[in-house]
Amino acid sequence: MIMSAYKIEVENLNAWYDYKHVLIDINMKIKERTVTAIMGPSGCGKTTLIRCLNRMHELVPKAKVSGKVIFNNLNIYDNNVDPTWIRRKIGMVFQKPNPFPMMSIYDNVAFGPKIHGIKKRSILDKIVKQSLEMAGLWEEVKDDLQKPASALSGGQQQRLCIARALALEPEVILMDEPTSHLDPISATKIEMLIRKLAENYTVVIVTHNMQQAARISDYVAFLYMGRLVEYGPTKEVFERPKNELTERYITGKIS
Amino acid sequence: MFYELYLGSWLSINKFGLGFIIGSVWDPVKGIFGALPLILGTLFTSAIAILISFPISLGIALALSEYMPKQLSNLFFFFVELLAAIPSVIYGLWGIYVLIPFLREVIYPFIQSNFGFIPLFSGPIYGGGFLTTSILLAIMLIPIMSTIMREIFILVPSALKEAAISLGATKWEVISVMISYARLGIIGAIMLGLGRAIGEAMAVSMVIGNKFQLFPSSLFDAWYTMAAILANEFIEAINPLHISALINVGLLLLVINLIVSIIAKIIVRYHLRIIGGIMRE
Repeated sequence: MIMSAYKIEVENLNAWYDYKHVLIDINMKIKERTVTAIMGPSGCGKTTLIRCLNRMHELVPKAKVSGKVIFNNLNIYDNNVDPTWIRRKIGMVFQKPNPFPMMSIYDNVAFGPKIHGIKKRSILDKIVKQSLEMAGLWEEVKDDLQKPASALSGGQQQRLCIARALALEPEVILMDEPTSHLDPISATKIEMLIRKLAENYTVVIVTHNMQQAARISDYVAFLYMGRLVEYGPTKEVFERPKNELTERYITGKIS
Repeated sequence: MFYELYLGSWLSINKFGLGFIIGSVWDPVKGIFGALPLILGTLFTSAIAILISFPISLGIALALSEYMPKQLSNLFFFFVELLAAIPSVIYGLWGIYVLIPFLREVIYPFIQSNFGFIPLFSGPIYGGGFLTTSILLAIMLIPIMSTIMREIFILVPSALKEAAISLGATKWEVISVMISYARLGIIGAIMLGLGRAIGEAMAVSMVIGNKFQLFPSSLFDAWYTMAAILANEFIEAINPLHISALINVGLLLLVINLIVSIIAKIIVRYHLRIIGGIMRE
């Protein structure tokens, strides 16, 4: 099988909430081991778009999707595809840190591997350590692994959520405005982490912070009222936008 | 209230002291009173009622909050709430005319013919008695416990469910996360049910058989509870010591119920403290 250089290919994707058509004919190809930022004003469908990429959109009552999302040459909307398998391969980090508050730090990270059948303590120990190291949290929590996750600060909780997603060894990590609820220092830490993650993973991040998109992404997509207006290498889009709407957005005339 | 009860039971406390709690004779004619059989009867019937009603309530609560479409769930919820409002005498009458005949003719003979070799399931079948009381109490508790648990499940933040789903959890794994998140609230619901079961007088006295003995010979045998003896004997008691002993039973009942509700409060408060650190809006 010939693998394409693209990790995810979105083809004619449309999405609805009830009768509201929120995504209209989206086509985009996302390259492996890059950071792709999706930006646009609030309500333009950014979050819906990434929720379509790991089949989380369909969980909302009355939500509907059509079109294809090809992941590793497989359309994730095919009838015989198990959504839980997709979500394991395509991890997600949410806007608000949402660790399991009743579990310890250790159990938060070990949750994913455990429900997918890893029982051996020594293997789990290793996964937990590696994931926390990758998320840049290990040094801060290595002596408190049994403490409840609710004891951590907001920024630490978000990195814990990233570690929890990494513990499943996903290939793609989707992030929905992961820094919008954090202070600037924690946000910077997460941004640096995202750059580092792109060495091994494909990252798709939603942001409404243009500077953030410019700082951390290789490719940027501009979404406006459910349509993909512009998509290209970050530098090009920011310096020489092809579309007038993009230019107006970048220069702050629409928000 | 405590003081009133204490005052009322002074005669009995004076005469029997702690012996009242461990004594197992109840003889109004000779004036000897010991409440241990009543205490045991109360605790065992309530405990078994919880054992029966808890899994069923949990299932109903999950079905209502997770599986059913919203309108259907609300309609169902309305009926379950109506059940919670039925007075206990009605449950008692239903117990006598519907539940007891059904258990006596169908269920108990079946259990006995298959498991009769276990002492718990041997002995004569009257219809009413220990197990019947627990079953009736369970039926009374299910509406209360399931409505509380449904509220608890609805309050589980969707961010938590999404976290589990995004990690590839199946429906059941998501539910187990929800149960573990809400576990202390669920224990609170059980404690509330337990309090209700311990204090239930009318329905219990109508079906338990009202037989004062330390332990029944089997699950089918008759027994007695604290609340039931109050309901039965209080109006007929003339002897001051008898009355005082009954009030003393009431005092014990209050103490036991107080302990249960204090434990419930502590659990709920502890629960809120843990969860409070996260998921603040």
